[in-house]
Amino acid sequence: MDSRASVLARIRARLGKAVTPAAAERAQVAEYLAGHPQGPRPGMPADTIARFCERALGLMTSVSELSTLDELPAAVARYLAAQGLQPAAVCWPQFAALDWRGAGLEVAARPARDGDLVGITGVFCAIAETGTLMLCSGAASPAASSLLPETHIAVVPRTRIVSGMEEGWALLRAESGVMPRAVNFVSGPSRTADIEQTVTLGAHGPYRVHVLLLSQ
Amino acid sequence: MQVTSMHFKARAGEKLADRRLQSALKKLQGNFVKGRADRIAELDNFADIRDAAAAIRDRALANLDLYLEAFEQKATAAGAVVHWAQTHDDVNRIVREIAAQHGVRKVVKSKSMVTEECGLNVALEGAGLEVVETDLGEYILQLAQEPPSHIVAPVVHKTRDEVSDLFAEKHNAPRLTDIPALCREAREKLRPHFLSADMGVSGANFIVAETGSTLIVTNEGNGRMVTTLPKVHVAITGIEKVVPTLEDVTTLLRLLPRHGTGQSITNYISVNTGPRRAGDSDGPGHFHVILVDAGRSDLLGGDFREMLRCIRCGACMNHCPVYQSVGGHAYGWVYPGPMGSVLTPSYVGLEQTRDLPNAATLCGQCHVACPVKIPLPELLRKLRERQFARGLKPWPETLALKAWGWLAARPALYALATRFKARLLRAMADERGMIRSLPFGGGWTDRRDFPAPQGRTFRDLYQASKAKAN
Repeated sequence: MDSRASVLARIRARLGKAVTPAAAERAQVAEYLAGHPQGPRPGMPADTIARFCERALGLMTSVSELSTLDELPAAVARYLAAQGLQPAAVCWPQFAALDWRGAGLEVAARPARDGDLVGITGVFCAIAETGTLMLCSGAASPAASSLLPETHIAVVPRTRIVSGMEEGWALLRAESGVMPRAVNFVSGPSRTADIEQTVTLGAHGPYRVHVLLLSQ
Repeated sequence: MQVTSMHFKARAGEKLADRRLQSALKKLQGNFVKGRADRIAELDNFADIRDAAAAIRDRALANLDLYLEAFEQKATAAGAVVHWAQTHDDVNRIVREIAAQHGVRKVVKSKSMVTEECGLNVALEGAGLEVVETDLGEYILQLAQEPPSHIVAPVVHKTRDEVSDLFAEKHNAPRLTDIPALCREAREKLRPHFLSADMGVSGANFIVAETGSTLIVTNEGNGRMVTTLPKVHVAITGIEKVVPTLEDVTTLLRLLPRHGTGQSITNYISVNTGPRRAGDSDGPGHFHVILVDAGRSDLLGGDFREMLRCIRCGACMNHCPVYQSVGGHAYGWVYPGPMGSVLTPSYVGLEQTRDLPNAATLCGQCHVACPVKIPLPELLRKLRERQFARGLKPWPETLALKAWGWLAARPALYALATRFKARLLRAMADERGMIRSLPFGGGWTDRRDFPAPQGRTFRDLYQASKAKAN
């Protein structure tokens, strides 16, 4: 008997079940998986956008407003200047056509590599309950761009802020139907508290996460 | 990993006298215990969520075989290769085979307690591979050649000064003392390893049957690096970590970070499903999942079945007065604290671990703090019963209990004996009514005096009050 069969047989024996699963057992499991019922949800305020901002700020994510996408280059330029950072970045392809040069920025529409200091990304959606960004990997949404650079700037449309992670999964099921290779939930800059439990930002990932809340 | 649990008493004694360790352990209580309490208060229906979390774990375990099969089917459909390992040696062999198959020379790891069980690093180094731990705490331990002392904060036993000395020596660099500077030093040392490694090894906090995904909960971002950059990703996890659906995992994620580090959510939660897709610019080309039994299936359906609910948050050790006093190394294997005192005897045998079930005051804090309601004090008590039944208690203790049992079954004799014993103890006391040393009771009197009994025995008082009532 191979390892797989041995492990499964031992599990069934220990659980006091017959050697072969009955059809009813399988149906019960399949039904639960297909139904994927929600668990109890904690109470949430009515204003999910305000909740998202409050929680994001608590995670040391900074937040500012953006009325239209055309304003993105100027908003990024202002943020980088205020932080004393160099005016260069990489961005997801969806932002390739914006007038970056007009804002005095050198922005390449390609996945981030080591040495890139700023990564500009969109999000799949954002979770109000915890102030979290939900990013799905893909050809148009490289995962490295929110990970390798020291600064991560994320454009979050107000319409993509959902209440909880449950709504994030529902949106993914409805819009894509397949799990991407990676779903990354990002809640603020990377951090560690391994040395004397002192929280330090910028462990291996970004030191800074900046959200631009897009109105239209 | 080598088991040294048989030396618990001796090592606990050393740890109690270790001033540096004691100051490190004090901080743990302040941060993790208070952090958990604060974050739980955010949830207006915490009790409901906790009940639901325990039920989710029980549901998964009740049909463990079928949920594992569902996971395997979905993971395979997404392009992952699923392996089954019956023993720790199987895990090491499978990882070596995968490494050979893909021509791997360097392995970067994110924190995984299962691989600590297996002694994977030693096995891979033995096969000529370079292995780099990338969680800051685990990296420090790898440099210091020490095992972790906590399942969430592995290097909790070390002070900043010790890390400064270690980095200066091992990096051959100027000695830095500022914590952010030390973190940056590690970041700069480790970044080239992430970029040049051929294989990433991670654990999994959960695996999801509905989607065939593995999930890791991290703060540093090293877990994302390990699962994104190298050409091969191997996720290694216990068979009990399966959870049916994404909704179920969401419920558990409301509790895990709150109980682990006192965070509402960790910085990163990464859900990985299969290898890189067509058109993707990142992600591993090959994704392997190793499902590890190594003693887990033996716990199913038995006296210790609730232990398999464990989501490895560490709350039980953070709240344990014994762990708080001696730290994790005294326990002598991968898992310390109350959960370790149940798991270690179960996985490596009761013979080598006889002190562990007794290394608890049974105060019940671990049960109260557990997010999935594991009755840890009850499980520890069951292990003590087993020890007694199998004659694994020290003979004086067994003899004393047998003698007491014989006497207790003879009420008249018992009354006489207790009256005599009380008088004897009174005679042994000093002028303050305290006994400075007890024969066979050194454990009581080495560090404190024992008060001598006063007045009459309970039985005499009871008889007297009954006579009065009549």
